Amino acid sequence: MDQISAPAPAAQAPAPVRRFKSGSNLERMLAAGHFAVTAEIGPPKSHDAEVIRRKAALLEGCVDAANITDNQTAVVRLSSIASGAILVGQGLEPVVQMTCRDRNRLAMQSDLLGAAALGIRNVLCLTGDHQSHGNHPGAKNVHDIDSIQMVRMVKEMRDEGLFQCGEEISGGGPPLLIGAAANPFADPFELRVHRLAKKAAAGADFIQTQLVFDMSRFREYMKRVVDLGLHEKVAILAGVGPLKSAGMARHMRDKVPGMVVPDGTVARMEAAVDGVAAEDKQARREAWRAEGIRICIEQIRELREIEGLRGVHIMAIEWEEAVRPIVEGAGLFPRPAPEV
Amino acid sequence: MIVAKQKPLSELTAMLDGYRNVLAVGCGTCVTVCFAGGVKEVGILASALRMARRLDGEPMSVAETTVQRQCEAEYIAPLAEGLDEFDAVLSLGCGVGVQTLAERFPGKRVLPALDTAFMGLPTEQGVWEERCQGCGHCVLDITGGICPVSRCAKQLMNGPCGGSQGGMCEVDTDTPCAWQLIWERLAGQGLADRLLEIQPPRDWSTSRDGGPRRIVRDDLRLPPAEDV
Repeated sequence: MDQISAPAPAAQAPAPVRRFKSGSNLERMLAAGHFAVTAEIGPPKSHDAEVIRRKAALLEGCVDAANITDNQTAVVRLSSIASGAILVGQGLEPVVQMTCRDRNRLAMQSDLLGAAALGIRNVLCLTGDHQSHGNHPGAKNVHDIDSIQMVRMVKEMRDEGLFQCGEEISGGGPPLLIGAAANPFADPFELRVHRLAKKAAAGADFIQTQLVFDMSRFREYMKRVVDLGLHEKVAILAGVGPLKSAGMARHMRDKVPGMVVPDGTVARMEAAVDGVAAEDKQARREAWRAEGIRICIEQIRELREIEGLRGVHIMAIEWEEAVRPIVEGAGLFPRPAPEV
Repeated sequence: MIVAKQKPLSELTAMLDGYRNVLAVGCGTCVTVCFAGGVKEVGILASALRMARRLDGEPMSVAETTVQRQCEAEYIAPLAEGLDEFDAVLSLGCGVGVQTLAERFPGKRVLPALDTAFMGLPTEQGVWEERCQGCGHCVLDITGGICPVSRCAKQLMNGPCGGSQGGMCEVDTDTPCAWQLIWERLAGQGLADRLLEIQPPRDWSTSRDGGPRRIVRDDLRLPPAEDV
């Protein structure tokens, strides 16, 4: 059990110099000091690899890496690691998400080795939505370890070449950049920064946050993060996402646990269809989506001004087409080439 | 206490299909306190079963008895007398009570009338809540006396997940977030900093993952017969 403030134990012997932990594009972009852009791909509820390839093609050139969700909202989908391998084959770098809900420590470590063997270089360690929200509510959840313990486990695998049990990994640990999530909008607020500090101390290299809509609360959160110097220990990417409709904005405000959508944002989405005939569904849809993209672009421009923030993570759920116009509109296109 | 609730009558009548003469056995300990399997509940359930079977045109006789503690062999030993006349025993004890009866009377069909739910306490009249899962390695010293193993839906050990909002759990907005409670408790005691410690992965071998558990106290065991 170690204290955040405790100094790192001295290395027994000088470790071989490895310039990068994983060598991933995302790691090199962050190391070069570029404002990173990642986006999210949701795999299909089928074995259709074409869906992955099509979604990946929409993101090519606009992002530094693409997250692949892991049975998100506890709904069974094509595996994140298999999807990640498809992305690797296509030349788009994946960030494979892995939850503690579906795997014990044996399965996690086995799958992490498998992911690395398939050329995957980034992993995002997550608790996972509760199965009662998904399509197998009668399933047994695992939660053998939690997300912070998972971050620590992956770090020890990578940096010390050890399995969680302490046994050596033959040939060394998997070169994986370690990500974790943070939700600045869940409660208790004071504990949110503490939890980020724990994830940094456990060994997270980067953080992707929950969708940010409430800019003032996020600024307050980031101020505390910077005050504690956490932004220097871990690269923080703010989660953003375009709203598709006023209904979606209201749903996220009222129904999604751990999500804060200000009334002003909802009102803006509602006003987007002012003057558009209610029966013209197509025109309303387009007006909403255009406003959703506009709001998202404005948010990214505001976020870029916040001290300590190192990038954005765009979650355009089942709307990957929106990523390119958002990245372009925010002045983040084309993506710079990382230095080697 | 162990908290249980009665199975639906339809499940019990299906379970007892074909039996003509049943002994319903209550328990005077936990399930009496939680109004699931004491003297009174045995009486009401026995009447309901008799009535249901009569209406089905398949009358069944249900005898009633309640022992002080169904989970200890010495309390159920007296049931041996006269047990032959029954073709099944319906236990209103917890899962331990049912199994104690079944172990003591292996030739007899012993059926459960209750669904045993958890170890918990009454929080208000008519409401019971879980407090312990018997994980075999208590962490209440580091969590301010609030158990994340039994009260967090994800058994997290290092703080709340992203679904905690307004002090409530993402699984059920009527359920308090265990980690919010832990935070408030420790903060109130001036010990909030303790939550910054990273808790390492647990050893679940002390929990059910290690198989059926057993506690042996050599200081309490009787010496082997030849040593006496």
